[in-house]
Amino acid sequence: MTAIAAGARSARTPWRGWRAHVLAALFTAPALLFLLLFFLWPVLRLLSLSVEGGSLAPYQKALTDGLYVQVLFNTALIAAYVSAVCLALGYPVAYFLANAREPWVTIGIVFVLLPFWTSILVRTYAWMVLLGRNGVINRLLLETGLIAAPLPLLNNLTGVLIGMVHVLLPYMIFPLYAVMRRVDPGLLSAAEGLGAPGWQVFRRVYLPLTLPGVLAGVTLVFILSIGFFITPALLGGGKVIMIAVLIESQVRQFLAWDFAAALSVVLLAMTLLVYFGLRRLFRGDLQWG
Amino acid sequence: MSPRGRPGLPAWRIALYAWCGLVFFFLMMPLVIVFPLSFSSSPYLQFPPPGWSLRWYVAYVNDTAWIDATLRSVKIAVSTTVLATVLGTMLAFGLVRGRYPGKALVNQVSLMPLIVPGIIYSIAAYSLFAQVKMIGDWRAIVLGHAVHAIPYVVIVVGAALRTYDEAYELAAMSLGAGRLRAIWRVTLPQIRPALVSAMFLAFISSFDELVVAMFLGGSNMTLPKKMFDNILNEIDPTIAAVSVLQVVLVSLLLVVVSRFGAGAKPVG
Repeated sequence: MTAIAAGARSARTPWRGWRAHVLAALFTAPALLFLLLFFLWPVLRLLSLSVEGGSLAPYQKALTDGLYVQVLFNTALIAAYVSAVCLALGYPVAYFLANAREPWVTIGIVFVLLPFWTSILVRTYAWMVLLGRNGVINRLLLETGLIAAPLPLLNNLTGVLIGMVHVLLPYMIFPLYAVMRRVDPGLLSAAEGLGAPGWQVFRRVYLPLTLPGVLAGVTLVFILSIGFFITPALLGGGKVIMIAVLIESQVRQFLAWDFAAALSVVLLAMTLLVYFGLRRLFRGDLQWG
Repeated sequence: MSPRGRPGLPAWRIALYAWCGLVFFFLMMPLVIVFPLSFSSSPYLQFPPPGWSLRWYVAYVNDTAWIDATLRSVKIAVSTTVLATVLGTMLAFGLVRGRYPGKALVNQVSLMPLIVPGIIYSIAAYSLFAQVKMIGDWRAIVLGHAVHAIPYVVIVVGAALRTYDEAYELAAMSLGAGRLRAIWRVTLPQIRPALVSAMFLAFISSFDELVVAMFLGGSNMTLPKKMFDNILNEIDPTIAAVSVLQVVLVSLLLVVVSRFGAGAKPVG
């Protein structure tokens, strides 16, 4: 027992002595060099292209031209929609997973993990089959007589939102589930015992206790949403332009590197603002994994 | 808290189960729908299929473009897994055990690829590798994918190392093993579940990745790029057959990881 106790204390003890420092540096160096060379350097080089000409013209274009302002606004709006829908769908599911009994927990987690690990392209393809004009959903609704004409579900905002929510929902559920599992059921019983009605128990006790999970999930989903490329490119039918799609076309079609770089700076700034802003607000309660 | 129906089940609980059922249906529907489509006898996307056949699986196996793309993706994903697991595990050791100035910064840098949007990294890597004439080279894609996979390895292996009881390693050292030998023979076997999970994450993150591969691959397509092009140009059920094979592959890997791995969930 003493050995275990000592071990528990030493589990976080850093290596000691100068040889240990050298060893730690040697362990860190290869990956650090790799990331500096193949990640940080190219990204900084790209961002610097936006001011290469010595003028801020690319930024002026990105932030004042009505067309591009609209794209930035749309991107933020879509990210907000996706975050809200994911929260509405995910919160009850996370509650269920945190409180249900076996085998339901395992089954539920498999139903979340299996789509999560399935290729985004497989899922996007499946949504095209499901949502198209002659797709499975429209066929079913037409044949049952619920609708008279096919619903426009694909190549528009609806399709993009459905596809994005499907990809990002697990990112909302996991942090919520992690927080909800740690909620002490005794606190809820105490509130009930003191005579609070169910709605009050939820609003005054459970919701505040799970708020860190909500914020972590919303931040994660929002950040991932604003950089989304595949889903809007395939399910939007060229009508839903998000900032990542715009950056891609500026590079591929127009070779407008300075403008693409300026847009990248704007996208990165939006991402970091949300990430650090919320993290600061809630003192590092965000869980990345 | 049992989801089994009981007399006197409160209304909010019934609503909760119904809501969860709908969400689970929404999550699983796209995965399920590709199965009947892939066995369709029709070249059109008819549902339900007019008849059953294996022709789209035959079409996949006989099409060298599909097979080349698949083999290329496997080669890239395996190389990425090896590179990212080695570099990421070493970095995790350095971050958990080491004490040196700037460690917090190193930690930030190692997680940054998860925060920087994929499209930004992709065009940055594109301009870098274009300069050294490596566009179209599969090794360039491996380097790009490893950048994204290293943070996963650092997170999973780092978490295991933080809870690992270092006394085992010290015991091995007091019995005469050197530090590296103790890590290799004692510590790594004991954190094997975390290593398995980290390798799974690295493999899948590379095997499914589209945007980096799209920019760096040139005309040498990976499987996701081939699927992307097919979805844009000609939707035929071959892609449904490919999708089924991928869903089955991921399910099998998940079973393996849940047997031998730990923390296969990003949070939890």
